Amino acid sequence: MTPPRRDQPQSLIALWRNPVARAWIYQIAILLAVGLGAHTLFQNTRRNLEEKDTVSGFAYLANEASFGIGEILPVPVLEGGLIHLLIAIVAGLFLVFLLSRWQKRRGSTIGADTRLVIVVFILLFGVPLAVLFYSGDTIRAIHYTEANSYGVALMVGLLNTFKVSLIGCVLATLLGLFLGISRLSSNWLVAKLSETYIEIVRNIPLLVQLFFVYIAVLRTLPQPENSLRFFDVAILNNRGLYLPSPIPQDFANLFMLSIAATLTGIYFWRRHVKQRQDRTGEQLPFFLPSVAALVAVSGLVWLIFGTPFQLEYAELRGFNFVGGLELSPEFTAMLISLTLYTAAFIAEIVRSGIQAVSKGQREAAQSLGLRGGQTLRLIVLPQAMRVMIPPLTSQFLNLTKNSSLGTAIGFAEVVNISGTIINQSGQAIEPIALTMVIYLTFSLSISMLMNWYNAKMRLVER
Amino acid sequence: MNGRSSVPAPDSSAPRPPKSQIGAQVWVRKNLFGNWFDTLLTLLSLWLIYQIVSVIFSWAIIDAVVGEGPKVCEGAKGACWAFIQEMWELFIVGLYPFEERYRPYTAFLILVLLCAATFVARVRRWPPFYLLWALAPFAVFFLIRGGTALNLPLVDTSLWGGLMLTLVLAVVSLGLGFPLGILLALGRRSRMPVLRGLCVAYIELVRGVPLITVLFLSSVMLPLFLPAGIDIDKILRALIGITLFAAAYLAEVVRGGLQGLPSGQEDAAKALGMNSWQTMVFIILPQVLRMVIPPLVSTFIGLLKDTSLVSIIGLLDLLGMAAATTANPDWLGRLVEAYVFVAVIYWVFCYSMSRYSLFLERKYKTGH
Repeated sequence: MTPPRRDQPQSLIALWRNPVARAWIYQIAILLAVGLGAHTLFQNTRRNLEEKDTVSGFAYLANEASFGIGEILPVPVLEGGLIHLLIAIVAGLFLVFLLSRWQKRRGSTIGADTRLVIVVFILLFGVPLAVLFYSGDTIRAIHYTEANSYGVALMVGLLNTFKVSLIGCVLATLLGLFLGISRLSSNWLVAKLSETYIEIVRNIPLLVQLFFVYIAVLRTLPQPENSLRFFDVAILNNRGLYLPSPIPQDFANLFMLSIAATLTGIYFWRRHVKQRQDRTGEQLPFFLPSVAALVAVSGLVWLIFGTPFQLEYAELRGFNFVGGLELSPEFTAMLISLTLYTAAFIAEIVRSGIQAVSKGQREAAQSLGLRGGQTLRLIVLPQAMRVMIPPLTSQFLNLTKNSSLGTAIGFAEVVNISGTIINQSGQAIEPIALTMVIYLTFSLSISMLMNWYNAKMRLVER
Repeated sequence: MNGRSSVPAPDSSAPRPPKSQIGAQVWVRKNLFGNWFDTLLTLLSLWLIYQIVSVIFSWAIIDAVVGEGPKVCEGAKGACWAFIQEMWELFIVGLYPFEERYRPYTAFLILVLLCAATFVARVRRWPPFYLLWALAPFAVFFLIRGGTALNLPLVDTSLWGGLMLTLVLAVVSLGLGFPLGILLALGRRSRMPVLRGLCVAYIELVRGVPLITVLFLSSVMLPLFLPAGIDIDKILRALIGITLFAAAYLAEVVRGGLQGLPSGQEDAAKALGMNSWQTMVFIILPQVLRMVIPPLVSTFIGLLKDTSLVSIIGLLDLLGMAAATTANPDWLGRLVEAYVFVAVIYWVFCYSMSRYSLFLERKYKTGH
């Protein structure tokens, strides 16, 4: 008996039995169905919009906003100085990328050659800093007013989202690290306290916590006259939180520059120490000299040129506080609740990350003679990081997405501004689509970065 | 000997550990006052606990007011529980007609019984039990909604609210989103590039945006998508939004399960001559679905918490009720009590489910 051949003349049934052809038939059918569905939705929408006489398109972005925003950040305009700066940064990154490719092809890395490291430093930090120094005055920023366009309003919302997410991520990581480590504490009471916090906060919706912080806590705070003061540094009342703001003095640039130079020096000293230890096993001191250098250089500059930053404190004038760094109640509530909520999740990630490093690793390190701090720094944390970083990133993304809840308390972030634009312009589809695209761009770029990092950090199996 | 226990029974004649190694005193010394740092931490924690507990205790119990009517709360320093005493049923069933309230309570009882039955391993292994769970969302929905077919008076969805609405949204969107999620997960692992691309695009798109934008989309744009004349009410719109959102997350949960299944299972099914549908339905899905129960419970907790967002688009769910009840001029400004009450209800549900999920996880871990 001869086996049936695949390439026999095909009738319709044979085509149906051919798995490759069948797969294509399925896919064409799916595409057709999806296309038909999309077409129907599009037609319906067009008809509905025509009936309502609504304009469509993105022209509305140029219209005058004519609504006030409580929380304004200056929006940098893409012209002059900013373009130069961006070009310098992108060109630097591109050149470094080319360099690393070139080194890789030669079977080496950038880190192996000190001259190349210096070149990379100059490209990544030196050139942009120089550009900023020379063209800094030409960076123009719009301070939003009601006369600006919807587009500018949306940019302000975007910046507010970034602001609260960025600060929230940093604070939540710190608090989460603290909580996660205390949950593993050998002190029973500390461990239980941390666990109680985590279990309470994780199991209550963020929105409830946000309302609680905003309405139940911040609104019951005293009037500005009877503010809560923490050593006159932080002032809290029902108008918001006031912190001292650093005002740069004449020599602030020099001060920052000297710190940057010292840090660069410390980086090279660390390379030297590491290379020496790899070559000869001799351990040179690193930590104390670095701290000493940092303190000495900054102290010297401070002494010679005077204080680089003057702290400006908020003062009560009339019925309100003036000056200093003012954080609105909405921003404060948003930041507090995002931090407290996300920290509980980060604590669990930290705990499971540390627990994922097997006990044998610690014992092996100890039997090799490493001290407690060294064990944690050289053995436990690098391995825990590999487990922790992917879920940590997804928590940061969650925090950013959760910042959209600010719309419920009137914090001027992207969704809130979009909502106002929808109400005012009468257009719904475009603002919502734009908001989704903004979040999507952010999420996808972070997760692409994450995949790249994961591929780099993956255990290289030999 | 039953042959099962490998651990020998403790020998009563064996010498007991010395007195200095056991007892409460030793435990306290070892776990709380091991060295100066531990002692410091313990004292700090005790101080912190005292501060927090004293504030909560005096607010919620000592200075609290219990009674009837808004009058009793005048000048109260602590919580006004009279507000909760009068309003609690609004928080539970919303504005649902008084004489029909047995229906949501029955629906709730059905859910509780189903959950309780899930705890019993023998019931869980009985295959039609999954069918019961699959039917539960529909039963709950139609019991609460009513209609002529069921010979129950129709209750308009504008009267739905409180915890009932929260649970309906969570349960129904889980029930509808899960099959959708399974399909999406299978599509994502498919060998057909077009199908895979569409599924990946959908999942990544939905997971990349916040739920509130999806809710805006469904509440504002859905009416525009539909042909003229078809009008769907606010709750159904929110339900569609949450379901589409949940499906993407559930798809990832199922995909995790699919990846965890050894490929030998599929090979074995093929070797037995099963075609791909048979393999999927009889071999792969039953195992995967059992494996994903713990992450499924976690996703459901997230979903339950996320339903609170519908209060932003104006639905009176459990959280929306807090704002609605305190808008009553008699009870103006009783927001703290309302939020605490709401938070406690959410917490009880989420915490008990997370415990259950943990229990299942531990159980399955020892099984391997």
